[in-house]
Amino acid sequence: MGEEVKVFGYWASPYSYRAELALKLKGVSYEYINEDIFGNKSDLLLKYNPVHKKVPVLLHNGKPIVESLVILEYIEETWKHNPYLPQDPYDKSTARFWIKFIDEKCFPTLWLAAWSAENEREKVTNEACEYLKTLESALNGKKFFGGETIGMVDIVASSVGYFIRVTQEIMGQNLLSADKFPQLFQWSEDFANCSIVKESLPPRDKLLPFVKGLIAKYQQDNAKA
Amino acid sequence: MAEEVVLLDFWPSLFGMRSRIALAEKGIKYEYKEEDLRNKSALLLQMNPVHKKIPVLIHNGKPVCESLIQVQYIDEVWHDKAPLLPSDPYQKATVRFWADYIDKKIYDLGSRVWKTKGEEQATAKKEFIESLKLIEKELGDKPYFGGESFGYVDVAFIPFYSWFYAYEKCGNFSIEAECPKLIAWAKRCMQKESVAKSLPDQQKVYDFILQMKKHFGIE
Repeated sequence: MGEEVKVFGYWASPYSYRAELALKLKGVSYEYINEDIFGNKSDLLLKYNPVHKKVPVLLHNGKPIVESLVILEYIEETWKHNPYLPQDPYDKSTARFWIKFIDEKCFPTLWLAAWSAENEREKVTNEACEYLKTLESALNGKKFFGGETIGMVDIVASSVGYFIRVTQEIMGQNLLSADKFPQLFQWSEDFANCSIVKESLPPRDKLLPFVKGLIAKYQQDNAKA
Repeated sequence: MAEEVVLLDFWPSLFGMRSRIALAEKGIKYEYKEEDLRNKSALLLQMNPVHKKIPVLIHNGKPVCESLIQVQYIDEVWHDKAPLLPSDPYQKATVRFWADYIDKKIYDLGSRVWKTKGEEQATAKKEFIESLKLIEKELGDKPYFGGESFGYVDVAFIPFYSWFYAYEKCGNFSIEAECPKLIAWAKRCMQKESVAKSLPDQQKVYDFILQMKKHFGIE
């Protein structure tokens, strides 16, 4: 029976990337549709995600699933091979805890640290470093958050391990450095070097100018507000 | 084998109420420990070192933090009785979406309704009502968000009913006038013992909010 799987995404979006990586880890073929999220969102996107009007949207046999974390759980439950969440309810709850932490605290604060105004930057940066320290403790000597292989926490942490590292480079910051956070730094290297990750990440040379432009826009909007 | 379940909580917490309801739905005996958030216990700080927040569910000595994670955990461990999440992955995705919407939109907007005044409050009130109408639309004509039976979204959202009076008084509006179906749903839920036992009295919540407003200097 033919499965129809589509992803409506944006090539530079860390959220969109999560959905794609999860499908690739499961070996599920899908059609990718790049949405012009800064220009004109397609009618289909607005139809499939009327509440938030955002990417990513996963379309499975015509039915939409939205919000990256909801999508990740759906993919895990639908294609049960190559599991990326633990089976044990307690371990699962721990993974979900770290996912929420990365999504709601770690990643947004790191992003803010990149473009926030001079007078706020030190405070935000200190907060971001605290979060990185906490995140590193979650690794607890493991190669990946998921253990020997990539798990759902790693998929979500790609926002920090890859996208934020690119952002840091642009801003001349080095928060996620090898000497400050050796374990986390090593994790980000190991993660980016996995073949399935390497071939699916948006290329650095394309991402750099894009993020540069985005930061400039955020700073401009922030100055006006 | 003896199961030890403890819930560290704070009586007006919308989030704590979710776990109380889930535990009651499953008929689980547990020890409820009231936390003084101005003087957090050593146990709380030990069990939730990252956020230092309630609720914390402690099962046989191991902590589970974050209310929706707790509800899912409770549902997975005690899966034999009163299932809260659907088994179909697509339906599960739908309930997770709405629980996320409740946390990201409804909770924030509700907070702004009681925490702000003037124009800021007027905007928050308008958006809050819009978000309630959206979720009312999702309920449709079903008795519960879970369909025929009380489910995950019902658990996630019904605690807010205990705060409705406070929102209404602070924002000077009637939720029943705006969303009658939502009130009918809430009253239906309140007939369940698990819900009635877990939600505080609305007047008590309002008095608490008034104290908070004084404390934050909001008039």
